[in-house]
Amino acid sequence: MAFLTALIAGVLFGTGLLLSRMCDPQRVLAFLDVAGQWNPALAFTMGGAVLVAMPAFCFVRKRHVDLLGVATTLPDRFKITVRLFCGSAIFGIGWGLSGICPGPGLLLVTGGTTQSVVFVAGIVAGFFLSGVLDEPGKTVAKPAS
Amino acid sequence: MTPDLWSSLAGGLLIGAGAATLLLFNGRIAGISGILDNAVRGAFGTQAWRIGFLLGLVAPAAAYGLGAIQFAQSAPALALAGLLVGFGTRVGSGCTSGHGVCGLANWSLRSLLATLTFMVSAALVVFIVRHGALPWHS
Repeated sequence: MAFLTALIAGVLFGTGLLLSRMCDPQRVLAFLDVAGQWNPALAFTMGGAVLVAMPAFCFVRKRHVDLLGVATTLPDRFKITVRLFCGSAIFGIGWGLSGICPGPGLLLVTGGTTQSVVFVAGIVAGFFLSGVLDEPGKTVAKPAS
Repeated sequence: MTPDLWSSLAGGLLIGAGAATLLLFNGRIAGISGILDNAVRGAFGTQAWRIGFLLGLVAPAAAYGLGAIQFAQSAPALALAGLLVGFGTRVGSGCTSGHGVCGLANWSLRSLLATLTFMVSAALVVFIVRHGALPWHS
């Protein structure tokens, strides 16, 4: 059941990425290029996504359960750390260089191009590299955010 | 509204529906960097939903194709960019989906600041690459 609902969620998400053409690096870069021929399309994509997801988050945040009645805790909303800024800035550098974030990166792999494969391999290498910042001996799984 | 903006908006609505589905039926945040990170470390048993989500995510692209794609960089540069994306999203606990979609939908100040940070940093990099100068020098 959990596998099936996650699969459906993935299909919806993946169809959305495909339809909004988020996996075209040039399109993403055109959004990020505020000083050039700025293309606002990505703002519509993000705005639409946030709008639809908001009621679901509101429901879970207030009731602390999902629709199946399973206890659900949402990530902390106010813990502002140096890590948050540094990590996000580093992610932004990679995103700005490539025009690809993790979701679209995975979609691109279906095209079988060398570029997409090395990009995702780089992401996974980056995951493991980030482990050096964790406290030694601490191997708790991070929340899926 | 051009057709292009309509399809961007429609895609966004579907992305939001996907995030809402995962939250409402799995109690999970649709943060792709976090899901992928945990999946590559082994997703069996109660973790198997991650595999389901990732399979579903790539299925439409596998079925319908990606359309015209033009990479902005060579493979070695993309490997480096990927490394920065993987490292940065784990250190900052989220990417465009986790912070940018789910976090903002959850009215998270933390995610708002993260989103603003990676948007500004990405826009700065694009400015330097495309316009060959730092914004305050031009």
